[in-house]
Amino acid sequence: MGMARTLPLVLEGVTFARDGQTLLGPIDLTLGEAGRTVLVGPNGAGKSLLLRLCHGLLAPSRGRIVCGELGTPLQAAVRRRQALVFQQPVMLRRSVLANVRYALQRQGVRRRDSRQQAQVALERVGLGALAGRSARVLSGGEQQRLALARAWVLRPEVLFLDEPTSALDPATTQAVEHAIRQFDEHGTRIVMVTHNLGQARRLADECLFLAGGRLVERGPAARVLTRPASPEAARFLAAEQGIEPVVGPPSSTAKGVAS
Amino acid sequence: MMEAFASAFGLMLAGDAELLGIVGLSLRVSLSAVFFASLLALPVGAAVALFRFPGRGAVVVLLNALMGLPPVVAGLIVYLLLSRVGPLGELGLLFTPSAMVIVQSLLIFPIVAALTRQIVSDLWEEYRDQLISLGAGRLRAIPTLLWDGRYRLITALLAGFGRAVAEVGAVLIVGGNIAGVTRVMTTAIALETNKGNLSLALALGTILMTLTLLVNGLAYGLGEFSRRRYGG
Repeated sequence: MGMARTLPLVLEGVTFARDGQTLLGPIDLTLGEAGRTVLVGPNGAGKSLLLRLCHGLLAPSRGRIVCGELGTPLQAAVRRRQALVFQQPVMLRRSVLANVRYALQRQGVRRRDSRQQAQVALERVGLGALAGRSARVLSGGEQQRLALARAWVLRPEVLFLDEPTSALDPATTQAVEHAIRQFDEHGTRIVMVTHNLGQARRLADECLFLAGGRLVERGPAARVLTRPASPEAARFLAAEQGIEPVVGPPSSTAKGVAS
Repeated sequence: MMEAFASAFGLMLAGDAELLGIVGLSLRVSLSAVFFASLLALPVGAAVALFRFPGRGAVVVLLNALMGLPPVVAGLIVYLLLSRVGPLGELGLLFTPSAMVIVQSLLIFPIVAALTRQIVSDLWEEYRDQLISLGAGRLRAIPTLLWDGRYRLITALLAGFGRAVAEVGAVLIVGGNIAGVTRVMTTAIALETNKGNLSLALALGTILMTLTLLVNGLAYGLGEFSRRRYGG
């Protein structure tokens, strides 16, 4: 019998505060079982905080996060079915291959089996030839692809990505986006933070717009990124394009279920 | 003075049996002490770095303070424990190399534990989110962090070895400086200097200084290797 799925991921009145100051929320949000959701918004909007809360790296100050149809609390067992690729992934002080094997061994894969699986994952992201090199001397783009390989071997149900291409050149960005699409094709739910609106348009089915720690708009990416309903999103997009903000018809809500 | 130096180098070049015996015992005692102290100090230092518990701050302060534990005080404590009327007197360890290993372990433990705590704490700061994301909690992170901090930890072990091998007061109290049994380089230097046998004292001093230089050179080399290979 297979394990129960950990999706949908449901946030109920989630708030995160530090030193008495509310940084995020309250947020009610349901991330459904499939698709590619992109979180967009200005700096300090709480996008990365939201990812960390969804992945269980931070605990909500108020509210709760539950997973799957059974409403399981977000805990280590659920987190093992997710993966998070950081903006600046941390590489262990080991070889490229050992970094991927480490992820596999944390999932209980035997050492003998982990070598082959890790090598296959590295080939997939074009790092097969660098398997023996120290991971920490790779370029930024190579490290990001290694982080994706490390996530790939986990076969995650959900892949969170926190600005994975923010410091990469266009060619490397394209390679990373290709890898993200491969995750999607294999049924992994994608939730990604990006400041690159072109990338959001290329990758997203759905867009969440955050500002000031609040989820101010959500809807199909094609609509939110062209005719936003909220003044905050309209101002943000206009600033990016260097034009006057235009607010579209209020056809969406900031609550509800994403497919 | 020049005669003493010439005689000292003569002893070293000739491989004098007494000299080699003293050097050999010094290395055996100090390396054993580093080994036994590290068995406990590495996990303790890592645990103090990673876990929050009541009194943790006091433990950190104590470990840091004990890095400067006066050797004669450590010697006195172990002497009282191992003396015939002490709680461990029946073991009959006083004035044996084992007693010297024990007292040197006591001196090394806080050095290795405190440095391990700092090294692991720094690494945890860097690795925390990534390791938790990959499914390693604090307990499972301990071997990971010890392995990834291995080059810096070896430097900590070398610091402990340097402290042990150069120490005189503690081993003199619990070892007794018995010729051929518990006489190590430092106690021999003190004795031979008092006796006016400067050639043996100088030969031992030269070897001790060379060892100290080697240990520091090794620590520097490992640090450089780690920086080049792993970026720190």
